[in-house]
Amino acid sequence: MLNFSKINTLIIYFIFFLITAFVFLNFQKKDNLYIDKKINLGLDLQGGSYLLLEINSDILIQEKIQDKVIPIKKLLKKNNINYSNFKIVNQSLFVNINNLDKFDLLFNSRKDNLVNPYIDAYRSFELVYKKISNEQIKISFSKFGLLTINNSALKQSIEIVRRRIDDVGTKEPTILQRGEKRILIELPGLKDPERIKTLLGKTAQLNFRLVTENKEFGTDKLISENGEELNISKRIIMSGENLIDAQPNINNQNNEPTVSFTLDRLGAQKFGRVTTDNVGKRLAIVLDGEIVSAPSINEAITSGNGMISGNFSFQEATDLALLLRSGALPTPLLIVEERTVGPDLGEDSIKSGATSLIVGFILVILFMFYKYKIFGLIANTALIANLLMLIGILTILEATLTLPGIAGIILTVGMAVDANVLIFERIREELKTEKSAIHAFDTGYAKAKITVLDANITTLIAAIILFAFGSGPVKGFAITLGIGIVTTLFTAYFLARHLTSLIVLNTSNKEIKI
Amino acid sequence: MDKKFNFSSKFKLANIFSLILFVTSILFIFFKGLNYGIDFKGGTLIELRSNNTDASAIRSLLNNMDLGDVNVKKFGQAGDYLIKVEQKINEGNKIIPKIKKNLSDNLKTDINFRRVENVGPKVSSELLQSGIIAISLSLAAMLFYIWIRFEWQFSIGSIIALFHDVVITLGIFSILSLEINLSIIAAVLTIVGYSMNDTVVIYDRIRENLNKYNRLSISEIADLSINDTLARTIITSVTTLLALISIFILGGEILRGFSFAMILGVLIGTYSSIFVASPILKFFKVTYKTLEKEEEKIVP
Repeated sequence: MLNFSKINTLIIYFIFFLITAFVFLNFQKKDNLYIDKKINLGLDLQGGSYLLLEINSDILIQEKIQDKVIPIKKLLKKNNINYSNFKIVNQSLFVNINNLDKFDLLFNSRKDNLVNPYIDAYRSFELVYKKISNEQIKISFSKFGLLTINNSALKQSIEIVRRRIDDVGTKEPTILQRGEKRILIELPGLKDPERIKTLLGKTAQLNFRLVTENKEFGTDKLISENGEELNISKRIIMSGENLIDAQPNINNQNNEPTVSFTLDRLGAQKFGRVTTDNVGKRLAIVLDGEIVSAPSINEAITSGNGMISGNFSFQEATDLALLLRSGALPTPLLIVEERTVGPDLGEDSIKSGATSLIVGFILVILFMFYKYKIFGLIANTALIANLLMLIGILTILEATLTLPGIAGIILTVGMAVDANVLIFERIREELKTEKSAIHAFDTGYAKAKITVLDANITTLIAAIILFAFGSGPVKGFAITLGIGIVTTLFTAYFLARHLTSLIVLNTSNKEIKI
Repeated sequence: MDKKFNFSSKFKLANIFSLILFVTSILFIFFKGLNYGIDFKGGTLIELRSNNTDASAIRSLLNNMDLGDVNVKKFGQAGDYLIKVEQKINEGNKIIPKIKKNLSDNLKTDINFRRVENVGPKVSSELLQSGIIAISLSLAAMLFYIWIRFEWQFSIGSIIALFHDVVITLGIFSILSLEINLSIIAAVLTIVGYSMNDTVVIYDRIRENLNKYNRLSISEIADLSINDTLARTIITSVTTLLALISIFILGGEILRGFSFAMILGVLIGTYSSIFVASPILKFFKVTYKTLEKEEEKIVP
């Protein structure tokens, strides 16, 4: 095992230097990027905010089933099916009908079925019905119908979250889908996530509704911005969907911050018609069920431009404009996990991580030298090479280094010498019985090989499982630990073995001690 | 390392000692319970740095807010505190700005909020669940790996040793009321890997020696193998401990729990490879024939 062909030696050192070269990429200046690769710092080291949001699709499903009421009623009427007792309970519709066979035929028709569309991707209808009794049926969303609603709500939410965060202008945000209901957001460098949290905490559903005593569409009693109790019609004249732009402004007359908005063509038409018909009445601008303001309509507004004033501070006006521009979230978002690290704690963590790494490293190196002298130097060279390669591979992968990740590197330093220790101890044993030192080294390496592999594979298994199940910083630990094992095997079995062979083959037999 | 220690004569004593530790740990884990951090229990954590505020002032301000169970303790240097607030259903995120404002307004000193974390009840229970799954899965994977590489007796032996290590480490955490959080789970998994590593080295030698000296009893073989590998066991433990102690002392507060768990784990893992994993082979009456039988099966 001590004989290396020239080509093997070349390959070993080529791999080593190639990977090590990547280490230097971490030190290049920003304006001098030949290859743009470096190790990223995790939020726990550079400071920043991590948020995990969850969509609440229950409310959405409630709305969607409500939306089905009129189409289903229409379908029944059009086809002369008598129905009674129409009601909604727990996201399901209950209805008594007299002609189930006919209903079944219509309900489960794949052609042009607008009431219950067939979802090709899942080979399933959106809705299913169940016979409760002879007359009563229960209609609810199918498994795939629910999935479709959920997925589109999640996608839409991610899009809107991205718009809102981009609009605030934080640097390099990461916004990702996590599982079926969650959105992960990482905001490096952000000290205080409260503003973002407030912005994401609002669905921003904007409605224009008339203040009225007319009960035709039903009314909601809402409190206006001045504390009056107003009856607001349930009929929505226009919603935020028709908005194409919104900007904060300062009103020239009274220096009050306001939000001016621009409507699309359809919105402008609707808005023009309603304001023409209702001059003198009050129009309530309702955001997420609360009145922003309820001004009187002084004249018809047909230009498609309008203005919202409502005792805002300039910050509030800016935020409202931002929310209106980005559009409404399909469901409220709940913040289910939040972690923020200040920049100075991050710096402290880097410092203490680096100090403990250096100290740990020196202690191990001294100990190994004390224990094995010249071969200790080989083990230590392997250890340094190991560390360089570990950092090199982390750079190639553009991995994220976390505080536990640094701990993983230190632990690798402590455990990496194990491979060489196993080998050296084995050689010591062989030297007791074997007369030829070269032979002893040879069999020592050969016999220790299986043990070294077995021992490291077990740790690798632990690292892989940790990577699969760990979250955030812990994943960083698993990565460094796992890569550390691979580099350990490489440096012990190739680099250190080659160095050992150089010494053993060039020394006369009697001098070698280990 | 030419001295030979007679380990097998101490097996019985060690096993009684292990059993006592193990049972005590189980009792503590079940009756006193584990001190879960917010990762697994849900709640809010705030780490702050101030100019010499005393803990009781912070405590009384927070107690006036009706937050439920509040825990304030010193964390690192003077003026650094760690505040933990129990989870009240889904209110977590809204109370953070309130707490910050209350402290900033009333403490009359500059406060630097260095770390703020909030974990909701759903996420925390998921994290706990995936932690338990990860540890169980790693034990199962080790069991399987050893079963493939060795024989079932070795597999059982190593898994009992691992179980011993994990339970006693957690037991000590329970006795000392130390916090269990995500990084402790990472530590426990690493301990599993490390302890396995140690056990495998000894088992490897036992297997080799069984083939070499088939006249010797398993106790003698175990003794011989443990002694053969003792130098390596000690040196590797020392280097790993050197690295860990460096993290424990210099790595800062956040890594302290992690490195403490690892230090415990390395000590217990090293002990268990010698005094738990090896005696089990004796219990199963493993001989060189155990190995032969398996080989016959493979080569028909």
